[in-house]
Amino acid sequence: MVSESDVAHIAILADIGITRDELAEFTGQFNAILEYFDLLDQVEASEKPEAEKINIFREDEVVPSLTVAAALDNAGETEDDYIKAPKVM
Amino acid sequence: MGKITCDADDRWNAFITLCREAEHGDGPLAGVPVAVKDNISTAGIQTSCGSAVLKGYVPPYDAFVVERLKAAGAAIVGKTNMDEFGMGTTTESSAFGPTTNPVDTTRVPGGSSGGSAAAVAAGMVPMALGTDTGGSIRCPAAFCGIVGLKPTYGRTSRYGLIAYANSLEGIGPMGRTVDDVSRLFAAIAGHDPRDATSLDRPYTHTPSAEIRGLRVGVPHEFFGEGVDPAVGKTVRAAIDRFADLGAEIVECSMPSMKYALAAYYVTCTSEASSNLARFDGVRYGPANDIIPSWHESYQEHRKTHFGKEVRRRIMLGTFALSAGYYGKYYAKAQAARKNVRDDFARLFADVDVVAGPTMPTTAFRLGEKTDPLSMYLADILTVPANLAGVPAISVPCGTVSGLPVGLQLIGRHCEEERIIDAARAYEEVRA
Repeated sequence: MVSESDVAHIAILADIGITRDELAEFTGQFNAILEYFDLLDQVEASEKPEAEKINIFREDEVVPSLTVAAALDNAGETEDDYIKAPKVM
Repeated sequence: MGKITCDADDRWNAFITLCREAEHGDGPLAGVPVAVKDNISTAGIQTSCGSAVLKGYVPPYDAFVVERLKAAGAAIVGKTNMDEFGMGTTTESSAFGPTTNPVDTTRVPGGSSGGSAAAVAAGMVPMALGTDTGGSIRCPAAFCGIVGLKPTYGRTSRYGLIAYANSLEGIGPMGRTVDDVSRLFAAIAGHDPRDATSLDRPYTHTPSAEIRGLRVGVPHEFFGEGVDPAVGKTVRAAIDRFADLGAEIVECSMPSMKYALAAYYVTCTSEASSNLARFDGVRYGPANDIIPSWHESYQEHRKTHFGKEVRRRIMLGTFALSAGYYGKYYAKAQAARKNVRDDFARLFADVDVVAGPTMPTTAFRLGEKTDPLSMYLADILTVPANLAGVPAISVPCGTVSGLPVGLQLIGRHCEEERIIDAARAYEEVRA
């Protein structure tokens, strides 16, 4: 079971804004969905995911790419050749 | 080179963007109008993913499949409506309003490629591209009475597809007939070095209705709890027709089905929680107010511009991947996923094709599914193919109360040719 405060915490971790009304709604839905996910407890613990993983490396070569103007075309705010973003610190 | 005019009346809201005039070139699809799902990038044409978070975004480049369509001479006539970011089974979660089913406009077309399916079913275009993460091509194909193919994972490049759940999704063809689906698939399949999971397996097959000796496996789980008996009966009758064509019907079992759906939803929400982190309103989409701090601005942006289903899945995925729960959900889901793959490998040692219904019911009424879990449960029959990466096709096989029913045929990796032939044979005997 997750509580409303758990869901509020997940919303912060996920950077998803959530309203007070939604908190109750999402909590109820999460509990129903997570209860269904409990089916996975029946999967044997010894059954590991596939061991063989393949990494596909390629040479790091410079190839033709978008122009700066094309790359900035969809940005909300720009300054010179940069995208303007909200302050992090 | 030429131009075609598209003056279709879109009363089903099948399109988000309709290109009234479209250019085309020469090639095997010269002048054929093709609709493209709105999560596939088209240079110069808005690509919104059915979301307000990408409203106004105009990609500066084409997806691989769009380059291929243009090289084949097709005319891109518009971008079709979809559940926001492909998250849904009805096309009701689009920020641009729901699409309706041309067979019965009080019903949903299925999702998430509902706009593509409706555009084909209504006769607006002969063929369209969809994407399938957990059944999003096959479900709307079944609900709208058309043909839809989910290819082998990697047989079509995902370059230019706006990512939702990379390890599950792929682009595939939808059309009125198996031949049209085959033609469209031939145009888009092939290797692309820009997608590291892309396979070098082009498709050059001409469909054949000759299926004598084909072994068709029918897992009893595909007719289990939750499957409408009338739908089950219709599909069973269709499978029996294969015996008339010289195929052999083999009863079998797929035990991993019982947790496949849970494994699917844990996997896709986990991948979505990471993939959708890029939608911050800074580089594309509606702009942020850049005065507040990053987190304030980011949270407000995502609350305002993402729909509820998308936010729900991002949060579920964040939860499933969080410390303390990873082992209970994500790791178990991957173990369950391997069991699904192993089940298919075991079945395919004995049979050539696995058959069953595409969807457990016919199309829902608009607004009928209000509870997310009951919506998720509808995907039970389509998700196994995505978990295993095997190809699957949905072909119309009759109606229940006037609504279309889809027959699903699942094949071995890279054996699209075989399921296309089986679907073609069924189509012929039904006609």
